[in-house]
Amino acid sequence: MIQVPLSVGVVAVSALAVAMFPRSVLVFLLFQGSLLFVYRARIPERLRWSLLAAALLVLMPVIGYFNSYYLEVATQVGIFVALALGLNIVVGLAGLLDLGYVAFFAVGAYSWAIFGSPHANIILRGGFPLAGWWFYVFLLVGLAVAATTGILLGLPVLRLHGDYLAIVTLGFGEVIRVLANNLDKPINFTNGPKGITPISRPPTPFGLPYGEYFYFLALLIVVAVVIVNRRLEDSHIGRAWEAIREDEVAARAMGVPLVRMKLMAFACGASFAGVMGVLFSAKQVFINPESFTFLESIGVLAMVILGGMGSIPGAVVGATVVTVLNLQVLKGFSLWLNELKNAGVTVLGYSLADLPTQFEPAKYERMVFGVILVLMMIFRPQGIFPARRRQRELGG
Amino acid sequence: MDVELLIGIFPQVLLDGIILGFMYALIALGYTMVYGVLEFINFAHSEIFIVGAFVGVEVMLGLKSVGLLEGLPWPVVLILVLLAGMAGSGLLAVAVERVAYRPLRNAPRLIPLISAIGISFFLQDMIRLFESLWRNAFNLVYPTLDVLNLRFELTETMDVSVKSLVVIVGALLMLWALHLIVNRTKVGTAIRAVAEDQAAASLMGIDVNRIISLTFLIGGAMGGAAGVLFGVQYGLINPYSGFIPGLKAFTAAVLGGIGNIPGAMVGGLVLGLLEAFAASYLSLLTGGAFGAEYKDILAFSLLILILIFRPKGLLGEVVRERA
Repeated sequence: MIQVPLSVGVVAVSALAVAMFPRSVLVFLLFQGSLLFVYRARIPERLRWSLLAAALLVLMPVIGYFNSYYLEVATQVGIFVALALGLNIVVGLAGLLDLGYVAFFAVGAYSWAIFGSPHANIILRGGFPLAGWWFYVFLLVGLAVAATTGILLGLPVLRLHGDYLAIVTLGFGEVIRVLANNLDKPINFTNGPKGITPISRPPTPFGLPYGEYFYFLALLIVVAVVIVNRRLEDSHIGRAWEAIREDEVAARAMGVPLVRMKLMAFACGASFAGVMGVLFSAKQVFINPESFTFLESIGVLAMVILGGMGSIPGAVVGATVVTVLNLQVLKGFSLWLNELKNAGVTVLGYSLADLPTQFEPAKYERMVFGVILVLMMIFRPQGIFPARRRQRELGG
Repeated sequence: MDVELLIGIFPQVLLDGIILGFMYALIALGYTMVYGVLEFINFAHSEIFIVGAFVGVEVMLGLKSVGLLEGLPWPVVLILVLLAGMAGSGLLAVAVERVAYRPLRNAPRLIPLISAIGISFFLQDMIRLFESLWRNAFNLVYPTLDVLNLRFELTETMDVSVKSLVVIVGALLMLWALHLIVNRTKVGTAIRAVAEDQAAASLMGIDVNRIISLTFLIGGAMGGAAGVLFGVQYGLINPYSGFIPGLKAFTAAVLGGIGNIPGAMVGGLVLGLLEAFAASYLSLLTGGAFGAEYKDILAFSLLILILIFRPKGLLGEVVRERA
């Protein structure tokens, strides 16, 4: 029972440390680590959830009040957690490798961007942007549009298996990106590479600043997504998905309706991305096709693989680790290196000031994703937090 | 619509399409040979291809810095660069197989594919890292040789530059050499035997691992040659410029029938021609509504359609499913 005071202590100490050193990346990482510790510690359930709730609902916004950049990081983490959970359904549960997942995110983002900005005036006649409260309606519209896109993609590719399916979804993702880049003529739908701006934001309740507002909204959606995921996993639908993943022929013989279940996996996965796309476009105020490249799809895949395919806590932790690596560790390392350079530090007789200017550690996202994917596949294909069923199967 | 213009540019577009097609064919060979032997999409092949282009540019810049670029006769320079690119890419392909694919050979099918995607991303940034530290730039320009830019006027509306001829001749030589290796040598027989049935081949005394490495070496070398030719033809390269040609070449391999070597050549040529015509004619035919950018959509839609309706490709190789 030593873990009870330990858990409380870790959260309190790390929160205090963040309050004292609001600019330190390491301290903020410590805070995130303490949440993970609480999640894994052997403590009464009620204490666990109240600690986590206190940290996420109270401490995090307070930290964000002192350093708004961390709130931005937390919001990004929330967005990617939802994306990873969505892809987790398609890849982890149903075993359909989707390499163009970000396309659904794009569909959601563009659906609000077009109608929530004056841009729609070009397509339809007048009256745009829609009033801010329509944003809430579009959360559902984005969900529906993305789910429909998922079904439309799913229908033709249902006959494909494994790696062919992966390549086709990759091609589909590229098609969506090229369309977003070029549909500024003959009719201007997407404004091409220039992107769409300004996108309206909803009025916030209780006069919350937008940083906090989007943080809480992302958190709310993530909680909803986690609950839906949990319920799905143990439902007959989730079981059917896992049966398809393990052996399609056997699943069909057992009476699993393959077509319907695969379409449902695509639609469910896509819908989470669609909702987050709507939130993303409102948060950013500006979107262009650059945000929806193959790189993003692989980034989300790396999150799912790192955490463990088919595992909900895995997807959450994977998304957090990868986002924090990209947003904080790589950038922090870049800044630190620059400081050393400017201070004229030498290492083993080599002056850091002589480092080539094109060497920017912050730009090596692909290397991070690549290393994660290869190392996980070779050494731990079941992920950091394997799904229970998969753990037994792969001998974790 | 200006019919005369449409007909007038036809021969030039045809030529451009053939050049592009040979390039795709060379890259597609790497995908198709590996698929034939392991039934696995070597996703990192697009980076193996672009590494060839980078090795080539480094050799050329090296020659330039010691004054040999102008000093040596130009065919010697080209052959040196081509050989260097092939060696670099071939060895890299063998190394990648050794590190990232061999340990996963008996894993479920998606596992090595994900590993290959990881390698692809890793290599892109490794090239960038290396060139940033070495040259402080990762967008590199191929040094030009004056003779390569000479143009012959064939007809009034069509001319061909020496470098385009180099690409066509180089590609044809490579394809011919590959044909000889695969069909006329003992090693080629072994490669075909392993592709047919690994277990039986190993019972016949063939060292399967060695043959798989050799397949990666040959496929990688073809990719490296394509990389050098790509650099010579288009001039500007960066670590990420292998991805789209790689994906197109994969499309070409599937189009021709994956695992089938003549199929890769046919598929490459067909895709190259289709793309060249789409790039030139789409905008003219639709009055500017759809620009040349839609050639990418055309290629990917083609890929999706073939996989759905004729997964065995044009030349009809039967695709086996591994459980």
